[in-house]
Amino acid sequence: MTAVRARSSMLRAVLAGLMLVLSAAQGADAQERPRYGGELVYVVPTEPASYDAHREGTFALIHPLAPVYSTLLRFDPTDRTGTKVVGDIAESWTIAKDGRTYTFKLRRGVKFHDGSDLTSKDVKATYDKIVNPPADVVSFRKGQYTAIEVVEAPDPTTVVFRLKWPAASLTTALASPFNWIYKADILAKDMHWYETHVMGSGAFVFVEHVKGAYWAGKKNPNYWDKGKPYLDSYRALVVKDPNAQVAAVRAERAHVQFRGFTPAERDSIVQALGPKVTVQESPWDCVLLVGMNHEKKPWDDKRARKALTLALDRYQGSQALSKIAVVKSVGGVQVPGTPYATPPAELEKLAGYSHDIAKSRAEARRLLKEAGVPESFSFSLKNRNVPMPYEPMAIWLVDQWRQIGLQARHEFIESTKWEADLRDGNYEVAVDTQCSYAVDPDLDLYKFQSMGISGNNYGRYVDKPLDDLYQKQSRALDAEERRKYVRDFERRLLDEEAHYFYTLQWHRIIPHSAKLRGWTVTPSHFVNNQLDGVWLAE
Amino acid sequence: MITYIIKRLLLMIPTLLGVAVIIFFLMRIVPGDIVELRFAGESAYAQKENLDKERARLGLDKPIWSQFLTWMGGLVRFDFGTSMWTGAPISEEIRLRFALSLQLAIMATIVAILLAIPLGVIAALRQDTWIDYAVRVISIAGLATPSFWLGIVFILGLLIIFKWLPPMVYTPFWVNPVQNLAQLIWPALAVGYRYSAVATRMTRSAMLEVLREDYIRTARAKGLWEKLILSRHALKNAMLPVLTVIALEFAFLIGGLVVTEQVFNLNGLGMLFVEAVGHRDYTLTQALVMLVAFVFIVVNFLVDLAYAWLDPRIRFR
Repeated sequence: MTAVRARSSMLRAVLAGLMLVLSAAQGADAQERPRYGGELVYVVPTEPASYDAHREGTFALIHPLAPVYSTLLRFDPTDRTGTKVVGDIAESWTIAKDGRTYTFKLRRGVKFHDGSDLTSKDVKATYDKIVNPPADVVSFRKGQYTAIEVVEAPDPTTVVFRLKWPAASLTTALASPFNWIYKADILAKDMHWYETHVMGSGAFVFVEHVKGAYWAGKKNPNYWDKGKPYLDSYRALVVKDPNAQVAAVRAERAHVQFRGFTPAERDSIVQALGPKVTVQESPWDCVLLVGMNHEKKPWDDKRARKALTLALDRYQGSQALSKIAVVKSVGGVQVPGTPYATPPAELEKLAGYSHDIAKSRAEARRLLKEAGVPESFSFSLKNRNVPMPYEPMAIWLVDQWRQIGLQARHEFIESTKWEADLRDGNYEVAVDTQCSYAVDPDLDLYKFQSMGISGNNYGRYVDKPLDDLYQKQSRALDAEERRKYVRDFERRLLDEEAHYFYTLQWHRIIPHSAKLRGWTVTPSHFVNNQLDGVWLAE
Repeated sequence: MITYIIKRLLLMIPTLLGVAVIIFFLMRIVPGDIVELRFAGESAYAQKENLDKERARLGLDKPIWSQFLTWMGGLVRFDFGTSMWTGAPISEEIRLRFALSLQLAIMATIVAILLAIPLGVIAALRQDTWIDYAVRVISIAGLATPSFWLGIVFILGLLIIFKWLPPMVYTPFWVNPVQNLAQLIWPALAVGYRYSAVATRMTRSAMLEVLREDYIRTARAKGLWEKLILSRHALKNAMLPVLTVIALEFAFLIGGLVVTEQVFNLNGLGMLFVEAVGHRDYTLTQALVMLVAFVFIVVNFLVDLAYAWLDPRIRFR
């Protein structure tokens, strides 16, 4: 009992310290003037296959190389929601009344690291590669740009995007941290050059990448934003083992790991470093979903599917799981606190989001009975063998379903097999996942469209009204109108049809050296990695 | 002797070919493929068109027999091709990690020999005394302790007591010996201790056996100096099984230190191996298996040759 009390008071002290450190650091950050010099050292947990961001989908490329490149637009590095789009090499832009023509004026004086000028020709060549790649070139996110009819470069500082239809998410799509601007002349000679070479126009110049060891970059003296960057250089250490990542930050061998740590890892770092560490946290635009195979009984019946979501006490789950796993917020189809997030009052109306869990579970039992699902019905829950947060989440789900009389068998299988099984429909119920590079309805809802439209709708359903709602929200230029369609989509997806459901939003926890300033956590670990505004305090 | 050496060298060829065939087909049995992993994992926008393009680029759209012939053709020319994951030449991927793995294997072997041979000999000479019991406890503890666990203890100890962590990036010995040793001495100690436990027990039992031989008694009866008996007659003969154990462990260390490399963040062949398998990087995994098989075969061959030097009674026909 004494040990438990001691541990609990120690935890309270650690958390109180953490909050103090957090608020003190934020206050200091706002008052301080950036300091020049120093090398930022950070940890990257994995490595990409190639250097070409247009063909990759991993943060492992963004974290070490985003500082080297520019994009047309970017997400405001000071915006905690990670949704506010600002210009990077675009100085300004206008949108035609019909929403089908976007005209961007580029900054003057932007240079590639080889000394040549970056002009509209380079932007056009870059987007031609992304939107309409040649036959032998892979463009990972080509599907996000289907609205674009043509990209034009009428003069060196003007780029025009003409669309086939209005696209509410176009600026978000153009701020993608993966859409690095490449040099047109290089692409003209070899479309695959950037897969094995690095040459950008960003705040830092690429120095070297020693595979399996580190990436290094140094300050770009010719960066267009005079006075930036503040750092002399950066070094991204490749550290794959999570314990070694924690040890690197604890031992001050690295200032930060930008993807995120678990609550226990955060506490261990805070306990070791005390005031020398700052913790920033945010809801994370990643979520564990539950997918039910509509081609298998009883999951072809929406009553059975709805019962599964009704059984979950998400609010209690949030309290319990957030202590041990990287999950926390209860949310709908958009990250809480972001522009299209579901207001709590509306959220509570959706199946599985009521605070009255007894009533929800009674309803779940009734639906199961109606659907002819027998008491103690047993089914398999396929899960990916990644411990955090897949394992604790699945254990929680199994327990929640047990409370409405269902027996789920947890199958913890190797990632590739899990992926293949979900893709082939070789499962009954599965833990599925989604991460986006930005919080945006187009990006976050695309997955749930009918099989055949979405590349990873593992529920294997076809729902034309849902597809129509997707299209409507995607083309609604008025924010209020779009919000209404997003809510309609959400209601149909999570409640009326219960095709898929959300568990808890991931929670991003970044404990970093208190010396690191000018960096703000956002819900996406893909954005805010250009490091041009980051500095190191004394 | 020369005929024997030539015969053994020629026998390596079918052995390596057998390994090549087995690993090629084993990799194809494992579910999932590299393209799915690269493009399907994180995006709803993963399009079949992209998957097909990539499969064609990697040659995975060709029939298995055609892929097999391409692999064997490259093997005959000592060309392992490029990594399917990174696109870089496999020789380059291995070269980057080989120096670290080799140095660590050598250092761990030195640690193991320095511990095992003196301890094993002393334990045999002082059989059933407290010294013998102490050595047995140390060696059994070594056998029971995984080297990665010992590594974690080292790291936590250094971190908590000295607030210090070994360097996280490999620096070649000739560039900065202090930095190099500061990084590698800890894993070498952790692995070397585990490794020494096996060799200590082998040394002790081999020494006990040899010390009871007639020729040792004869040497003593002749009045030979005890140290000479031990070093020239007993130890040299007792070394035969010890050498086998040490050599096989050495070969294993070249590619088998997966968890230890992970714990100490070492950019070695073990980590590369795990990643290659995890990524379903067929070409890289096949090349690494061939490398490890080759090291095992060569080490075995060298051990056999060393037998003749250690024990003149052994002659090869």
